[in-house]
Amino acid sequence: MDKIKLTIDHKEVSAPKGTTILRAAQSIGIDIPTLCHFELNGLNIHNKPGGCRICVVEVEGRRNLAPACVTECTEGMVVKTNSIRVLNSRRTVLELILSDHPADCLVCAKSGHCELQNLAIRFGVREIPFQGEQSSYKMETSPSIVRDMNKCVMCRRCETMCNDFQTVGALNAIERGFPAVVSTAFNQKLSYSPCTFCGQCVAVCPVGALVEMDHTARIIRAIADEKKTVVVQVAPAVRVALGEEFGMKPGTIVTGKLTAALKALGFNYVFDTDWSADLTIMEEGTELIDRLTRHLKGDKDVKLPLLTSCCPAWVNFFEYHFPELKDIPSTAKSPQQMFGAIAKSYFADKIGIKREDMIVVSVMPCLAKKYECAREEFKVNGNPDVDYSISTRELAALIKQANIDFNSLQDAPFDSPLGESTGAAVIFGTTGGVIEAAVRTAYEVITKKPLPRIDFTELRGLEGVRSATIDVDGLKLNIGIAHGLSNARRLLNDIKEGKSQFHAIEVMACPGGCIDGGGQPLHHGNSEIIKARWEAIYEADRNMPLRKSHENPSIQTIYKEFLGEPCSHKSHELLHTHYFDKAKVIEVKLD
Amino acid sequence: MEKIKSLADLKKKREELQSSLQLREQGENNENLIRVKVAMATCGIASGAKQVMEIIMNEAKKRNIPVEVTQTGCMSYCYAEPTVEVTKPGQEPVVFGYVTPLKAEELVEKYLAGNEMLPGVIPINYEKVEL
Amino acid sequence: MENNKKQLRIALRNCGFINPENIEDYIAHSGYAALASVLETNDPQATIDVIKKSGLRGRGGGGFPTGLKWEIASKNHADQKYVVCNADEGDPGAFMDRSILEGDPHSILEAMAINGFCIGASKGLIYIRAEYPLAIERLLIAIKQAEEAGLLGRNIFGLGFNFDIELRYGAGAFVCGEETALIHSMEGDRGEPTFKPPFPAQSGYLGKPTNVNNVETFANIPVIILKGWEWFASIGTEKSKGTKVFALAGKIDNVGLIEVPMGITLREVIYEIGGGIKDDRKFKAVQTGGPSGGCLTEKFLDTPIDYDNLIDAGSMMGSGGMIVMDEDDCMVSVAKFYLDFTVEESCGKCSPCRIGNKRLYEILDKITEGKGTMEDLDHLKNLSKVIKDTALCGLGQTSPNPVLSTIENFWGEYVYHVVDKKCPAGQCKALKSYIINPDLCIGCTACARACPVGAIKGEKKMPHEINQANCIKCGACVEKCKFNAISIK
Repeated sequence: MDKIKLTIDHKEVSAPKGTTILRAAQSIGIDIPTLCHFELNGLNIHNKPGGCRICVVEVEGRRNLAPACVTECTEGMVVKTNSIRVLNSRRTVLELILSDHPADCLVCAKSGHCELQNLAIRFGVREIPFQGEQSSYKMETSPSIVRDMNKCVMCRRCETMCNDFQTVGALNAIERGFPAVVSTAFNQKLSYSPCTFCGQCVAVCPVGALVEMDHTARIIRAIADEKKTVVVQVAPAVRVALGEEFGMKPGTIVTGKLTAALKALGFNYVFDTDWSADLTIMEEGTELIDRLTRHLKGDKDVKLPLLTSCCPAWVNFFEYHFPELKDIPSTAKSPQQMFGAIAKSYFADKIGIKREDMIVVSVMPCLAKKYECAREEFKVNGNPDVDYSISTRELAALIKQANIDFNSLQDAPFDSPLGESTGAAVIFGTTGGVIEAAVRTAYEVITKKPLPRIDFTELRGLEGVRSATIDVDGLKLNIGIAHGLSNARRLLNDIKEGKSQFHAIEVMACPGGCIDGGGQPLHHGNSEIIKARWEAIYEADRNMPLRKSHENPSIQTIYKEFLGEPCSHKSHELLHTHYFDKAKVIEVKLD
Repeated sequence: MEKIKSLADLKKKREELQSSLQLREQGENNENLIRVKVAMATCGIASGAKQVMEIIMNEAKKRNIPVEVTQTGCMSYCYAEPTVEVTKPGQEPVVFGYVTPLKAEELVEKYLAGNEMLPGVIPINYEKVEL
Repeated sequence: MENNKKQLRIALRNCGFINPENIEDYIAHSGYAALASVLETNDPQATIDVIKKSGLRGRGGGGFPTGLKWEIASKNHADQKYVVCNADEGDPGAFMDRSILEGDPHSILEAMAINGFCIGASKGLIYIRAEYPLAIERLLIAIKQAEEAGLLGRNIFGLGFNFDIELRYGAGAFVCGEETALIHSMEGDRGEPTFKPPFPAQSGYLGKPTNVNNVETFANIPVIILKGWEWFASIGTEKSKGTKVFALAGKIDNVGLIEVPMGITLREVIYEIGGGIKDDRKFKAVQTGGPSGGCLTEKFLDTPIDYDNLIDAGSMMGSGGMIVMDEDDCMVSVAKFYLDFTVEESCGKCSPCRIGNKRLYEILDKITEGKGTMEDLDHLKNLSKVIKDTALCGLGQTSPNPVLSTIENFWGEYVYHVVDKKCPAGQCKALKSYIINPDLCIGCTACARACPVGAIKGEKKMPHEINQANCIKCGACVEKCKFNAISIK
């Protein structure tokens, strides 16, 4: 590869052609500050508008300062990143941004994680010399996301996620000049926009303009209510990320401390969404086998490929963008909702309480789960199967508030019976995991033979679209996997055009799947963190004594005691759902 | 206009058009024909050029003055809109500025019909590239 | 009136002469002959060389050498390329492009086709603001006529060259005159500039190599082809060739469009072509370059006008706005006026332009309100410098020019506003005070009755007095006073 030689702050650097000044400087330990710049390497996510101008540097022979994040190195370039001209300009630009930003850090949800706050600390800003008009937009709340656009710094990261990565198109810049801001079409509420509540805008927002809807206070109240039995479930991806909030290395598996912390918080029963993930495999796997069998028998009406349905943002996406395909996805509810439905029926009966006296809380890496549990079809007489869903970040906040020293907690097990799970369930936490779990079970059910190998590495990885053909004893099963809704859109377009060769497709909305969900600890663009979580998920799988969903004894028991068999009448009643044509109900509301 | 299919076509067409223009200029075709151009860019129209053009045509017709009135683009005398250029046979063109409807009538009556100069004549203060 | 024929019309050659809605008129004036000659020569590079050697530079403001721009676009290979005419004329008070489009639309079509042949593009797009309905109408007529005459479309002159032109309408955003923003707008995206490189010549409209030129630039092309580069290069200064159209406005007798050879002095333009300052007032400054330009004082009156001299003088050529100011114009207010425009027209993408210009405006407003401090002047200077140094596109990088050039040339006037709380030009309302001269006032009470806020008190037949704290400086009292007893200080 062509190498370019240049000088940055009197140091010689050599960098491959096409390297930006920012990267070249980083390679020799010069950390040029940035704000709008955002990349997730390896996940094909780039936001480089060159808009904030915090990263400007002096390039010899150039009239004005150059933004380091987008300016490519050229041979013989002489760059200064800390001359007085640069430092003065950078500080002035920062002061300008701060002059149109509410100084309410003490009560801001992003305080401590805010990239603008970090810059102000780094520059030692003690006063803002510019006074003048401040942006004033209406704050907006939705079931999952709170938008406070007064804090928006126009970095456009949310737009990149929403439009490029997700192709959802809910957020875009409106207005120009000083009033320019990111908004929805016609400045409608997110609920009336095509927003899927994936929360990726929240995950990348450098400031407090986009944050999750905080439900921690409700949890504290629910636990304090002695009349209620409070049951909590924890999603697979939470256990490989929560530790980061307490200073642990990314990828640390904290399952034992997590359960201990939940018990210390006072939850009556600490259960595992992994349990219902195993249940999902039984239902969804059976559905797949059923459709395949009918297809192989020549049934022309059978809908293939089967699309997974555990990701609520993905469900919102096809309901809005591809309503004509709404018969294709599996009717199986997501693990969160299966858990709620079983907890408030089977388990409530078992412990002899009414469903109204039970509160089901979920801890999720996700913000769309907040929206999902509020969907009308997941309620019985107005009582939701899952009452509250909180994110990994909110759980960390709860633990801190409750004086629990997370790091010194002794590992504790999940409670029984909804706490037992297999390795097949924990891999739900990353892209490819759901389909791998399904294949592990489907293989054994179809062939009635034990799996020759458990690890389907061909289904794993972080490429946006992956495909593999699994040989199920002669039956060639074509599997497609997509994470990121832009990638899902490609596969859906193929289906629409009748070009899809797949029998089953797994879709997760977030980069890497739930491990980088909208509710996870913030990674600030460090894709190494996502990779570490990804590896931890498979490590957690390997650590499990049982690794196939149908071998979960607790699952076997519930079918014996309660459900009968997968896709039975009772299963359909409790564990399956249907989808809506959302494209038709989007309307413009003027207030 | 018929299609220009070749370079020769274009040349022929140009020569044709130029010679007919010349004929008119030399007045051989109609030795009395007066040519009037009204500046009709947005600015001219906004200051009333359309009305002025109508008045000139009507007034000339009333008085049986042989006149060809055409629209043209901006003559760039913004301070004096509407502007009208009059070319009498065998004479240099004269540009009149500030041609209000009233002045348009006067222009026909005095300059087109008679030969009396009116105030508001704009001297040509530029050279033009000749192609 | 002086008239030594200081003007030379190249771009405006047909405006006001031909009927813009009649292609025959254009052909009779050697229309499409340049295209014919270029196609006949059948050597794109030779034509590019002619344009390069002519020294023609972009007339939209940047002044980038046109031939070089064409050459870069011609060397980037692609299955489809585009020629774009930038007709998004947005400078306040500039209308040379509109005049050309309304008066001589075919010259633009012809030049675009020549450009298309040179760079290997078969499609042309004219990005024109929707606020120019007449220009649009005449362009559409011209395109139709040219297509019917076989001068646009397939196999032009039977020489195998195809070229179509379509219009794209802009919604009147100033920033869309910046070529990357213009392209985004044509693609249906938000009209925002993006970082260059990639330049449009590499990746422009729909990601294809695209050459963008301004209307006036295109209007020069057929003339250069027909008259030769030597002729064109003989006009103007060393680095700026040919002529420039200016929209002459302000406190001057003959406002209007002028086309003058590069190198003419401001004095010649203002006094000889423009007829001098209105009402024989004293010349104070001339603003060139539109909102991105600067104010030039008397000391620049004899500087030859070209791209480089104007930049050295702290202003710029811009698209050719030229506003003459006299002693009654307040330079702080002038800077504020232009900032008001930039604040409105900034796209909001980069922080220095979005927030910085707003803050500049606010500081200027504070000064004109009589609330400015010397510290504000420091902020004004530093902030202007930083915006110029850090903004993303040409709009932001030049937006502080009106402030910088007025600070440079009229520093005293700023200080006067801040320290003495006075506006020497008497323009800043908040800094005016109305005073009744007790020697002239006869106590008729007319002023007191006219005052809408009751700020004037006094006994009948006794001299009245204005309470300065209550006075809103509306001037109603001055109008009513028959004895010239009220003066403005």
